[in-house]
Amino acid sequence: MRSTANEGATVQASGPAPIALVTPEHVTLHFAIADPGARIGALLLDLAVQMVLILAIMLPFSLVQALSGAVSAFFILVFFVVRNFYFTLIESHWQGRTVGKRRLGLRVVSRDGGPLTGDQVFARNLTRDIEVFVPLSVLFAPDSLLPDAPPWVTLILALWVLALAALPFCNRHRARLGDLIAGTLVITEPQAALDFDLVELDPLQRDAPAASYTFAPAQLAIYGIRELQVLEDALRRPPSDARDKLLAAIAEKIKAKIDWTEPADTPRFLQAFYTAQRAHLEQGMLLGNRREEKLR
Amino acid sequence: MENANNLRSYTFRREREDSWRALEALLAKVDRDGIRSLSMEERYRLPALYRVALSSLSVARTISLDRNVLTYLEGLAARSYLVVYSNKQGWLEAIRDFLTRRFPGTVYRLRAVVLTTVLLLAAGTLCGYHATRHDPDLYFSFVPEWLAGERTPAASREELVAALGAQHDIDGLSQFASQLFDNNARVSMASFALGVLGGLPAALLVLTNGLTLGAFVSIHQPHGLLTEVWAWLLPHGVTELLALALCGAAGLHVGLGWILPGRHGRLHAVARRGREGAMVVLGAVGMMLIAALLEGFFRQLVVDTGARYAMAGSTAVLWLTYFGLLGRRAEGGA
Repeated sequence: MRSTANEGATVQASGPAPIALVTPEHVTLHFAIADPGARIGALLLDLAVQMVLILAIMLPFSLVQALSGAVSAFFILVFFVVRNFYFTLIESHWQGRTVGKRRLGLRVVSRDGGPLTGDQVFARNLTRDIEVFVPLSVLFAPDSLLPDAPPWVTLILALWVLALAALPFCNRHRARLGDLIAGTLVITEPQAALDFDLVELDPLQRDAPAASYTFAPAQLAIYGIRELQVLEDALRRPPSDARDKLLAAIAEKIKAKIDWTEPADTPRFLQAFYTAQRAHLEQGMLLGNRREEKLR
Repeated sequence: MENANNLRSYTFRREREDSWRALEALLAKVDRDGIRSLSMEERYRLPALYRVALSSLSVARTISLDRNVLTYLEGLAARSYLVVYSNKQGWLEAIRDFLTRRFPGTVYRLRAVVLTTVLLLAAGTLCGYHATRHDPDLYFSFVPEWLAGERTPAASREELVAALGAQHDIDGLSQFASQLFDNNARVSMASFALGVLGGLPAALLVLTNGLTLGAFVSIHQPHGLLTEVWAWLLPHGVTELLALALCGAAGLHVGLGWILPGRHGRLHAVARRGREGAMVVLGAVGMMLIAALLEGFFRQLVVDTGARYAMAGSTAVLWLTYFGLLGRRAEGGA
């Protein structure tokens, strides 16, 4: 489903475009695609956890001198499970998160908007070996792939495997092969805090003397939604000298544009203008007149 | 001055903010202590609050230009959506569902591809057998040295008979069995993973396994040991070769999705087929475990050819019933 400009604008853009998922209630939600750096970090963390797990299981047995066949059989099975099913088990138990993903705020979701199922988790982790570990070994020791193969076979295989490893960097969803065959995506866990509403007076300046500014409809007909939200961002910045300078500059610009001549206290003026402008644009929106940007 | 109370978006926010905050608190609790930490009452409230947040988001998108509220609601709805629509099936239930319904059902549904890879395996075996009969030197092209060991075309009858015999060291056998399992399971998972790229590698893998098998069998023919070698291979071979064919079929199935995506597009086809394929591979890994136990223990302890054939026959009947009857019923009921 295509997102409208309005919905897209609610997520701060950084990196690839956010992915739109349609919930079963038919509401479109946007998720930021996980950053490849964070995914690599999560992978390294998980590998470390795997290693610690294996060591922890082995430690008690290392005290015994000779390992019987049954014990080494047990080890082989444990290695097999840890190596091949660590990701699958934890990801399905923690709803798409592993130790590393949790730490870095990542999560696996189903691309169709439904719940992430066990078979999806298994599918996306089946190809992990050839996507991550085989390419690494190819980088360091190309011959290890097929020891007896002629050089041209090794070359083709190495290129193929490396292309596979590069796949996440070549599509806009940053999807591995495993993500493609499982129909999954890795997203950054959404985090957003609710700030106070700017049309309310900033709690910090409540005791400042009240001032009243009135704007004529013509003065509010100049700016659009984009400018309104730029102003919102500026007003929401934490107090600092730089913020005060920025606000002063913005106030000068607005005053020039709307022919404002009376003297005005900068934060109060901007807050009043924000409120009036938002009311004006929201009223227009209700009447089906959505103005994205300023006209001139 | 414009009064804030005249703004619909402001009143809207004031009226609903409490339920947003309540949902936020529930989400924080789930995040910290897991979904099981919620009380019964909280479990009922979570989906209700989620729907409130969703409808708030929809309304906000049409009436509000407060970016902070829009971003917040979108994040809140997204976070609760991930919790509300999480997979809540328990482990035991999931395993039972997999064994009785999904695995046999998927194999039954993919029976055409499975039959193809089984035939490929048979064709590979026949080719390997006849080619090696014709030119014994080909044996080493088909059978890797580490696998062959003593068993070469030049081996004497006594050596071959000894290799088909028994071992009684249980301790060594358990290690042998788990090594076999580890190796076989990894090879078949890799065959699936490679197979998804067009299906060709999966088909090739099945074929070359057939060649190896055929060549291996053929060196026993001049010594009149054909009955014995099959008795040695089949008790676990029925299960293991079937599992291998299943993995190949799963890879082929996904590979075909790239080539013939159908009307819903390539991404959709690959995602759907990938999940089906993964089901089959997971089941096949379980079959590999059974095969390794049979290979590691049964074959090494039981020497009687008749008993070996009986075991081979019963596993064949078992799998046919499992996939044929149970799989068919699962498909029909689905």
